[in-house]
Amino acid sequence: MRHKDIMDLSTFLQQLTNAASLGSLYSLIAIGYTMVYGILRLINFAHGDVFMLGAYVAFYGVASFALPWWIAFIVAIGLTGLFGILLERIAYRPLRDSPRISLMISAIGASFLIENLGVVIFGGRPKSFPSIPLFDTVLNFGSVSVLSVSLFIPAFTLIILFALLFIVNRTKTGMAMRAVSTDVEAARLMAIDVNKVISFTFGIGSLLAALGGIMWSMKYPQLNPLMGIMPGLKCFIAAVIGGIGNIAGAVLGGFLLGFIEIMVAAFLPALTGYRDAFSFVLLILVLIVKPSGLLGKKQTVKV
Amino acid sequence: MLRIEKLSVHYGGIHALQGISLEVPEGKIVTLIGANGAGKSTTLKSIIGLVKPSSGSVTWNGKSLVGTQTKDIVESGIVLVPEGRRVFANLSVDENLSLGAYARSDKAETEADRRRVFKLFPRLEDRKKQKAGTLSGGEQQMLAVGRAIMTKPKLLMMDEPSLGLAPIVVKMIFDIIKEINAGGTTILLVEQNAKAALEAAHYGYVLETGRITLSGEGRQLLADDRVRKAYLGEAE
Repeated sequence: MRHKDIMDLSTFLQQLTNAASLGSLYSLIAIGYTMVYGILRLINFAHGDVFMLGAYVAFYGVASFALPWWIAFIVAIGLTGLFGILLERIAYRPLRDSPRISLMISAIGASFLIENLGVVIFGGRPKSFPSIPLFDTVLNFGSVSVLSVSLFIPAFTLIILFALLFIVNRTKTGMAMRAVSTDVEAARLMAIDVNKVISFTFGIGSLLAALGGIMWSMKYPQLNPLMGIMPGLKCFIAAVIGGIGNIAGAVLGGFLLGFIEIMVAAFLPALTGYRDAFSFVLLILVLIVKPSGLLGKKQTVKV
Repeated sequence: MLRIEKLSVHYGGIHALQGISLEVPEGKIVTLIGANGAGKSTTLKSIIGLVKPSSGSVTWNGKSLVGTQTKDIVESGIVLVPEGRRVFANLSVDENLSLGAYARSDKAETEADRRRVFKLFPRLEDRKKQKAGTLSGGEQQMLAVGRAIMTKPKLLMMDEPSLGLAPIVVKMIFDIIKEINAGGTTILLVEQNAKAALEAAHYGYVLETGRITLSGEGRQLLADDRVRKAYLGEAE
């Protein structure tokens, strides 16, 4: 009996590291959804596919061009950021003044296009990411053994998160981002180049998605062109649960989702098949109790 | 000097402005009065590039503004204090003022302008760390004007600055408008409060359903029977 208790504690700790890393990945992607929504009131359905692209570009950098992993990662993150900016230019900017539904349909179309181009260009067969020793080492802490990547992911995420909060809250560009997300027309009247701010936002969101995609492939090294769909959906949920438009909310939602998913799989193995369903149930519950999300503010208009 | 000639604007099927012409000479206060829906806001928005005119011209010191981006128009010295204030509610008072100076690179002068705004509106300085959304309506209007001053305008346009404010605040806002004008800034004022606007203005235009029907010096219009009947609520 005692022995079993110790086992359970170590299992719990082990799962906790898994939850922290999955939660971090969800957070990174959810931030992109929430930032774009904050500025354009658009759910960027192609965001999960941007995540997939980041992983593939890094894969080709390492596997085909034989670049050192860190160079490949930086290049992949940079290129994916540029891709995000391009996506906005091509698929969203021309529709800026159209009804919001057109923008949303364009987002869905962009998502399908990227996925299917992925199948054509990358091939439908899954690829496995080459092992990178730094991330692939098993570390033992007493009876708890952890894959090193599971510690790197939360650490990276925290650094990125603080950098992002610094940019948004303390820099001039961040101030412009907040202004545009509050009132685009008033921001124009302040001589803010709204297009530049929107491009910047897409760039940052896509960078984070790429980083998420790469880290994801360190942990789950199977790549396929449709790999972005489910994480994309989950992270959209995470952003909504946290309060869409709110960066801290996206992180909270991401961690919450990661935690629930891992713990359900670990401690209620009979329900493992339903682990995705738990995310949706959580979404429904949050929407019933607090429709604006956990950290979202109620929209009030002052006259 | 701002000159508008035969300006027409269509919104969908609505002909909002039907070829209006007006002038705003340098250093003056000019007001545009008229009822709701007459096209006053549309006029200001087409000057600042938020609305595209279907025909006609807007020239600012000899340069055409039609088709120019709002950002460039603001940088050329025209600013609009929009109807309903439109301050950035979840940003601090200080940040709102900094956003006014967003495109400026003259740091020392910007800080001097910030001090000037705080001198005009001491209440804003007391609340500079507060979120703009927590201010009262009058304070938000002060912030909107302060934010506009931070763009270093040569022409300050205001859309219904007195809307929804207590009479004492309205008086204060109009005093400030005159003070800003005395400092050399040209003012184009759109108002439903025709009396206060005409009293403050050197020159006025009356806009009715997209057309200018009357114009003249402020005092002259105040004395005009048609204006008194239609806009000052006086019986015959």
